[in-house]
Amino acid sequence: MIYQEISSNKRRTVILISFFILFIVALFYIIGLTFKGGVFLVPIGVAIATASSWGSYYYSDKLVLKISRARPLEHNEYPFLDNVIEGLSIAGGLPKPKAYIIEDSSPNAFATGRNPEHAVIAVTTGLLEKMNRQELEGVIAHELSHVGNYDIRLMAVVTTLVGMVVLVSDILLRSVFWGGLGDDNEGGGEGRIIFIAIGLVLAIIAPLFATIIQLAISRKREYLADASGAMLTRYPDGLANALKKLATDRNQLRSANKATAHLYIVNPLKDVKGFTKKIFDTHPPIEERIRKLEEM
Amino acid sequence: MMFLFVVLGIVILFVLFAVFLYNKLVILRNRVNNAWSQIDVQLKKRYDLVPNLVETVKGYAAHEKELLENVTNARSTAMQAQNVDQKGEAENMLTSTLKSLFAVAENYPDLKANQNFAMLQEELSGIENKIAYARQFYNDSVMTYNTATQTVPTNIVAGMFNFSERNYFQMEESEKEPVKVEF
Repeated sequence: MIYQEISSNKRRTVILISFFILFIVALFYIIGLTFKGGVFLVPIGVAIATASSWGSYYYSDKLVLKISRARPLEHNEYPFLDNVIEGLSIAGGLPKPKAYIIEDSSPNAFATGRNPEHAVIAVTTGLLEKMNRQELEGVIAHELSHVGNYDIRLMAVVTTLVGMVVLVSDILLRSVFWGGLGDDNEGGGEGRIIFIAIGLVLAIIAPLFATIIQLAISRKREYLADASGAMLTRYPDGLANALKKLATDRNQLRSANKATAHLYIVNPLKDVKGFTKKIFDTHPPIEERIRKLEEM
Repeated sequence: MMFLFVVLGIVILFVLFAVFLYNKLVILRNRVNNAWSQIDVQLKKRYDLVPNLVETVKGYAAHEKELLENVTNARSTAMQAQNVDQKGEAENMLTSTLKSLFAVAENYPDLKANQNFAMLQEELSGIENKIAYARQFYNDSVMTYNTATQTVPTNIVAGMFNFSERNYFQMEESEKEPVKVEF
């Protein structure tokens, strides 16, 4: 079952990304057709989105640690945490990531870093207090799997793509308002207006659609990290029990915000409700994750 | 003429594909080798620990000579083991002699109270934990590599270039025998 989970999630990621790329190509093609000079938006959008996303990706470890107010693990502090991280790194054939502590009673953990050689794992003091050894191993294994599966890099790529779509759509909408829609010498006035209307609708919906795809990918990677983590520990119940405890803990993590929420093991922001929760959540529902783990 | 080009194209594609498979096998085999050397690192740490442990125990339980000799001999055998199977057997032996040693140490409260002994015991436990994880990773790597050498079409390339299967590191076998504690 574990192997099936791992391969199906990898497959779904590929499908989602391919679909995303096709969507972007189609979008830009239509924009190019509709708005004269629209094609020039593409390299601008790509350049800005790439620069900003990859800048933050490259420094993702330092940035996120600062935002989350994490401090490095001292030499003899929490030796069992150090042993767990080291042991699981050996099991995964990964270099041992640097360990950080966040002083917060809300139990949570995250991993970041552009590749396994520059990876960091941070856990809250709340997590260390409330989890037993197997549960802690399950959580750390999940986080290490994110590193090993290059999820941080993947999400940086996806974020760049989304950023591109958002920027291009934004510039497009502004250019519509401020004129410059193209050559008036073109024939077929009515046909063009319909085209423009379609283009506008797309420009408004595109960012939303892109975000939905990004979140769908994020959820698949969470399932994958659960499954890969279970492979590392060979004990899915560890993480399952940890998730059960996490589900009932009501405290909100003080230093988390929308920008870093997707990195944590469970969504630290508890305000997403109802139907919107399903498609706009960075993480899959906890009950589902527990169910899949128990079936492994 | 056209026909010739098409055939050439197909042949080139085949060759490229074969190269791709060959490289994949090389990468997987290197991972197995690397995983093995990782186990070796942990095993060596254990070997380094044993003499210190033996000396400490000698200080308090000198008449357990036979037991201490068993441990020392098991260690030597393990250090000389050549291949995976030999290593597995020898390491099992060492583990069980160490288990006997710690079982016997229960009878010597002075020994148990000794700081050095406690520290060594803790260290050994940590090392054996890491050996377990390293072994798991090695076996995972072996499985991936063996599967590649067995599945079509990679097995054709594997056969052509002598990529042979590797053995799993079995460390459970000897533990089926009961540990003999002699007083």
